Amino acid sequence: MVGIKEIAVHLPYYRLTKEAIGSAWGAKGGTGERRVANFDEDSITMAIEAGFKCLKQNGRDHIKGLYFASTTAPYWEKQCSGICAGVLDLPPDIRTSDFGGSTRSGTNAILSAVDAVKGGLGDVLVLTADCRPALPRSNLESLFGDAGAAILLGDSDVICDFRDSYSIWDDITDVWRMDKDDFVKTWEDRFVVQMGYEKNLERSVKTILERNNLKAEDIDKVVFYGPDSRSHKRMIRRLGFKPEQVQDSLLDKIGNTGSPQVLIMLAAALSDAKPGHKIIWANFGSGSDAFLLEVTAEIEKRDISLTTVLPLDVGEELSYQKYLAFRGFVQTPQELVRLFPSASVMWRTRNWVSSLHGSKCNRCGTITFPVQRVCYSCKAKDDFEEVRLSDKKGKVFSYSLDNLAGGPNPPTIQTIVETEGGARIYCLMTDCNPKEIEIGVPVEMTLRLFHEEGGFYNYYWKCRPVYGDQA
Amino acid sequence: MKKEGIRDRVAVIGMGCCKFGENWDKGPEDMIIEAAYEAYEDAKIDPSDIQAAWLGTTSSHWVGMGGLALAEPLKLHQIPVTRVENWCATGHEAFRNACFAVAAGMYDIVLALGFEKLKDCGFPGLGIGRGMHPVMEVRRTAPSSFAFIAHRYFHEYGLSYEEGKRTIGKIAVKNHHNGSMHPKAHFRMKVTLEQVLNAPIISSPLGLFDCCGNSDGAAAAIICSSDIAKSFRDDPIYVKGIGLSQNSIAPHFEPNFGWTGFASTQNASRQAYDQAGIKDPRKEIDVAVVHDCFTITELIIYEDLGFSPRGRAREDVDAGTFTLDGELPVNSDGGLKCFGHPIGASGLRMCYEVYKQLQGKCGERQIKKVDRGLAHTLGGHPTVSCVVILGNERG
Repeated sequence: MVGIKEIAVHLPYYRLTKEAIGSAWGAKGGTGERRVANFDEDSITMAIEAGFKCLKQNGRDHIKGLYFASTTAPYWEKQCSGICAGVLDLPPDIRTSDFGGSTRSGTNAILSAVDAVKGGLGDVLVLTADCRPALPRSNLESLFGDAGAAILLGDSDVICDFRDSYSIWDDITDVWRMDKDDFVKTWEDRFVVQMGYEKNLERSVKTILERNNLKAEDIDKVVFYGPDSRSHKRMIRRLGFKPEQVQDSLLDKIGNTGSPQVLIMLAAALSDAKPGHKIIWANFGSGSDAFLLEVTAEIEKRDISLTTVLPLDVGEELSYQKYLAFRGFVQTPQELVRLFPSASVMWRTRNWVSSLHGSKCNRCGTITFPVQRVCYSCKAKDDFEEVRLSDKKGKVFSYSLDNLAGGPNPPTIQTIVETEGGARIYCLMTDCNPKEIEIGVPVEMTLRLFHEEGGFYNYYWKCRPVYGDQA
Repeated sequence: MKKEGIRDRVAVIGMGCCKFGENWDKGPEDMIIEAAYEAYEDAKIDPSDIQAAWLGTTSSHWVGMGGLALAEPLKLHQIPVTRVENWCATGHEAFRNACFAVAAGMYDIVLALGFEKLKDCGFPGLGIGRGMHPVMEVRRTAPSSFAFIAHRYFHEYGLSYEEGKRTIGKIAVKNHHNGSMHPKAHFRMKVTLEQVLNAPIISSPLGLFDCCGNSDGAAAAIICSSDIAKSFRDDPIYVKGIGLSQNSIAPHFEPNFGWTGFASTQNASRQAYDQAGIKDPRKEIDVAVVHDCFTITELIIYEDLGFSPRGRAREDVDAGTFTLDGELPVNSDGGLKCFGHPIGASGLRMCYEVYKQLQGKCGERQIKKVDRGLAHTLGGHPTVSCVVILGNERG
């Protein structure tokens, strides 16, 4: 049976309260908050964060496909799933594909992945993230949120089976962003909700129940997209579910994250699911995808809490002004950085820059980053194997809080990290409170966007403190 | 290396140094001319006596490549002019190669000149971003590299943040005191420890007064063979030893690198001490002008040069060992901290101070008994180190 082997979520570190947005414009913002991608994050980096979590307990050998789904892919031309595959250090001969175009892109990718698994390809990892731009002072600004999610699909050891799916398309201009638009646009609210969201989602959910001879009361959990809390609540009533059957939309904690939204909700729903539970899972965006899922006994065999319990309490509040700057909606001073961009250098050094490979000397065992052909310790030449350092924990060996380096969120935290195994990596630290940094702080590595010099996105690694139970 | 190396084979017979600082109204050529002509005059030679020249400078933005930046303003068109570069040891590298050419017997009289024009670049400090890769060191700054040393040194030797700050702060107070007495220094004001401790943080724990000046400047030396030195002046200064060494260009990526001392300084000084026959540098060196790009750098240099026991430089700082009237005065001219740090010029500026001290020409900064002095540069992240030992007696 094809199903979910792992599901994981990445929530960015920063929270923006609706009150902060409101007070910036002299209005009542309401309650709740949304997540905001750090200045060095985008859909690729957030998707990859979630992807790494999926790989932790599953390894890489069985993965034969990687799909990336987003409405805010950083590139129109250049494959994002290929970037992700390199960073996740997946083999070169797996199938990669990008999905986009609607907030349904994540479930669209999952549908294709399910078919690929059924067809015998092997396991497929689907990454999805969005970082949707909303006009300052618009309603969408406080509704939206940034996040990433990942799901690993396969036909063995699954925690949740795909029993059925049903999809419809709808050519409706309700919520859109043209190729030349900087921000998401919408038509009149009532049209958007009634003719777009309600009509499509209701039809897909009712159809999948009917064709499986199920009634609302037969379902243990229903997990479906919500553009906003009010519409989501109204949909519960329309579909005939009781509130306790329905997974919290998390719209007031994370925001409407677009493509990953229903994956994040499904992860939360699975965190306390029991074998045999039937789940209706439905997404919306230019149509609707609905799924009937059934939880398997596998879910009790292993601890899925690390990936499914959302780290909602990690992070810091962000000011509205910094939010505008982080998302590039206002310009801030740009420092003169003395480095030359080069696509060919990035390509030639991709094993370090993308996959974070170091070298382990076959003769003396010294691990070095980046790869060294002549060993620092024993001077052995070309006698090493490449080792992946991206999933190694480390500790701060030394550091500085630098006010000269500039950047969107000074001080810039410069660190030398010593990883498990002894490699030293000089890198910047992100997603942290500078006051909490000291020698010995446990850190993990995270890929981030560094700059756009050369006219392309330059990604590389930073470290960040290990939060929560993983420390 | 041969045991005695360069010892007593060449001598310095003239030196020059322009006013260091934010020389907005002077181009590279103005500073080069000032330093070179002061050196000619000091050596009582004619420019046409120069048979070869070495230029040290690190950046090519405004002067182009090669030796022409030196040859052109001085009109040294008929002789070989070579440009060298070796990070912050660049000035010393020009001096070193000039010495070797004379020692090899190729030339009788040569010029070594270093300069840097930092203040035309549009940014304070040395700019942001290091390394040779588009992303790996994007926002690294010079202060942050040395802040790694400070945090690590405090950690290893059990200094609290406050104790560490006070220890390195005293070095800033000392160097400002010394620099206030040098008319050519970039910064000439004295500072109190409170001022140093309360200054804005540049790269923690390094505050404003823990960082050296980024300056424009040029300095020059005229070098000849020792055998003819006395024909130019009664008090030539003899080269006793020169050492050069480097550790990894990327200590921040090197496994097991300690960050509380630098093998480059230790090895370069050992080479120079061996040539000069120095066994106990703390007793046998009378003045040292060292690479205090940051105050923490000077602290670990005390240990790397063998002036203080490992981990105990703080005791010497507290005892005033390195003040102008202390046991071993260090940075009698204010150091990089106050004299300023035009990169390619600094090694030669250090030699200039040692040379003048050895000749007893330093006025109120003059150290009483001076026979042997040391100049030390440390460049890179930090990576490259050069140590030059000079003496006022041959043999």
